[in-house]
Amino acid sequence: MRTRGKVKGLRQTEVLVIGGGPAGLSASLEAASLGCQVTLVDSDLALGGQLIKQTHKFFGSKDERAGTRGFKISEILLEELERYKDRVKVHMNCTATGFYREDGVVSCVIGEDEYFRIKPGKIVMATGAQERLLPFPNNHLPGVYGAGAVQTLMNVYGVAPGKRVLMVGAGNIGLIVSYQLMQAGVEIAGIVEAMDRVGGYWVHAAKVRRMGVPIYLRHTIKEALGDRVVAGAVIQEIDDRFQPVGKEIQIDVDIICMAVGLTPTCELLWQAGCEMVFVPQLCGHVAQRDLFMRTSHPDIWVAGDAAGIEEASAAMVEGRIAGVGVARSLGKDDSSEHSKRLEEYRRRLADLRGGEVGQKICQGLECCTVNEWGV
Amino acid sequence: MAGKNEDIIICRCEEVTLGEIREWIEKGYETFDELKRVLRVGMGPCQGRGCREMILREISAKTKVPVADIHPGTFRPPAKPVKLAVLAEGGDK
Repeated sequence: MRTRGKVKGLRQTEVLVIGGGPAGLSASLEAASLGCQVTLVDSDLALGGQLIKQTHKFFGSKDERAGTRGFKISEILLEELERYKDRVKVHMNCTATGFYREDGVVSCVIGEDEYFRIKPGKIVMATGAQERLLPFPNNHLPGVYGAGAVQTLMNVYGVAPGKRVLMVGAGNIGLIVSYQLMQAGVEIAGIVEAMDRVGGYWVHAAKVRRMGVPIYLRHTIKEALGDRVVAGAVIQEIDDRFQPVGKEIQIDVDIICMAVGLTPTCELLWQAGCEMVFVPQLCGHVAQRDLFMRTSHPDIWVAGDAAGIEEASAAMVEGRIAGVGVARSLGKDDSSEHSKRLEEYRRRLADLRGGEVGQKICQGLECCTVNEWGV
Repeated sequence: MAGKNEDIIICRCEEVTLGEIREWIEKGYETFDELKRVLRVGMGPCQGRGCREMILREISAKTKVPVADIHPGTFRPPAKPVKLAVLAEGGDK
């Protein structure tokens, strides 16, 4: 039975924010502060997304809490949320499983047994990112982890994943997680990196080098060794076309940790029929968006890693912008306040993207940003 | 102990190997959706989050079309498995 708009038990909300990480929390807070009624769903058991396992201090700018550790930033955002608890309804352990184009309804599952449908006025998709995998023989063995999982085990649950680790990837995540593993008493046998240089910040690389950890540039993992669990890894030098050339090196490890990048999580954006474009600088397919972070779908905004892989500090500002965007489209508060905030947030984003890494992001954004949708 | 590339499991949910994927691409199944229909890749619990990119790279390697220009396939709800019993109840009463 499909009675459009009158489905039995259909919930309503002015704004639905999908994802409670730095972007989604910021979007919820901003929209609530401008008078919107918000429903925030997050598939995890705690709000904060990746922030809750980030024990390192943030870079970026003072406005985005440079010098503060990630999990502290999450606590600050949650304190702010407390102020708006009458306007923000939170569902934890809740996954948005579908967006239905014909009536704009979103389906959600809490745990495995509770299902509801909700009809939002506006949606902010802040669904984050997923980890990239590499295909290599035996990569299915227990002991091959994504860096995100290792960080969750160590920093959220206090469990060391193993004794001796090969880290694959010398970007910021690979470097930071290596250092945190060492802080937890785990040995790092080495870090392999396919490029001819370290991708992450120099300060993070220096920390692990000072501890004597070798970084194998222009190397890749060739295979994992082991019968039932990881007992070692074979690494090998590669040429400019990523073809193996050098001699194979065998390393005894019980953990292989993959930190070879993230890609935006955007299933719901595809389902909604948003205009998508592949942008290498943003690490995958992303939704085209205007300067308010609104996608080609007039009721859907995007923010954070789902809009392109970048740092959490930028995700928070994008969330704020999307929050203002939805409030503005719902006619909340006065428009001079919106303009003031937008100007401020755009300045902050420009600051964050001012550096060398930001150049790449800006190039990517040029490929997917429109001035304004013809609405 | 030493593994072969062909035996690498690309789609873990449906246990599909790199060898099988290459074999079907070779037969002319050069889109993600076609491979999905013949091999069930991307139809398990993770709905392609793990395998999609690796499969697109394999298609790209064979067809010489850049990954940017290969359609990543159709995305349909639900994005993760939902029990039929839960759906049958129709959600909120």
